[in-house]
Amino acid sequence: MGWIGETVDSVKSIQIRQLISQVVSLGMIVTSALIIWKGLMCITGSESPVVVVLSGSMEPGFKRGDILFLHMGKDPIRAGEIVVFNVDGREIPIVHRVIKVHERQDTGEVDVLTKGDNNYGDDRLLYAQGQQWLQRHHIMGRAVGFLPYVGWVTIIMTEKPIIKYLLIGALGLLVITSKE
Amino acid sequence: MHSFGFRANALLTFSVTVLALICAMATLSDNLNSPSPSAHVQVSNINWFQKSKGNDEVSMTLNVSANLESLFTWNTKQVFVFLAAEYESPKNSLNQVSLWDGILPSKEHAQFLIHTKNKYRFTDQGSNLRGKEYNLTLHWHVMPKTGKMFADKIVMTGFRLPEEYR
Repeated sequence: MGWIGETVDSVKSIQIRQLISQVVSLGMIVTSALIIWKGLMCITGSESPVVVVLSGSMEPGFKRGDILFLHMGKDPIRAGEIVVFNVDGREIPIVHRVIKVHERQDTGEVDVLTKGDNNYGDDRLLYAQGQQWLQRHHIMGRAVGFLPYVGWVTIIMTEKPIIKYLLIGALGLLVITSKE
Repeated sequence: MHSFGFRANALLTFSVTVLALICAMATLSDNLNSPSPSAHVQVSNINWFQKSKGNDEVSMTLNVSANLESLFTWNTKQVFVFLAAEYESPKNSLNQVSLWDGILPSKEHAQFLIHTKNKYRFTDQGSNLRGKEYNLTLHWHVMPKTGKMFADKIVMTGFRLPEEYR
């Protein structure tokens, strides 16, 4: 009970000036995180520069919980690249490898077919009804870098929201009670 | 200052920093490797060649041999290798059709010789394949344990499809 008592005391002893400075520093943390995220969006040209792998369809290369760094750029899409794409009518983006590319002579538009390394067949079953090919506008980015396991943090937080609220609460309490 | 929370925080921050540094060094060390892969591909048979639903389609048997051992470093998880047919047609400036692919889990599997039919359908968008000259390109994607992914290819030219359907 000693620890809780101390915490309650330190919350009670907060001065108004100290409170304001803590709110400001909390604001700085939140805004700098936002700046980093938006800055990454500018540099990589992808609307989500980092994605978490959610399925095992690219195993053993990418497992659930690994994170990928994306880059879009102006370069044309080529076979073998691992792209992240959105299919109309599906909310969750998919990370799969390009196996076929047909690029138009006149317009430069591309028809792309993808497949998960660990899946038996290609992705036409995952596409919208009757859709044969992906176009450029479906593709959010191509994977350029890889970091294992780190994505588990977000998977756990989305699947067990209680842990998320506990963590946010604990961090908030820490910020409020810490001196300096 | 010396509370449990502060110490735990300092320890966590330090260990995450060290881990990030080790990851960065591991992926940078990949640049020191200068691989010298080799590949040879032979089309041993055209099994059939026809027009289906307006598009030319061909089935072939391939002999693929390659030595990709030099791509493996200590930071390599696996190498994804695939063989693609690449050609130009009046409608498309580039057609890339993957014919076969495989995952090399370790250096011991990186020298291989396989005899296979095309795993994915070799279909054109249209009917431009008769007498078509095409390249067979062996591509590989090095997937690291952590960090940057590498990709490269060997282009093999001078393949030609038959003039008539069969």
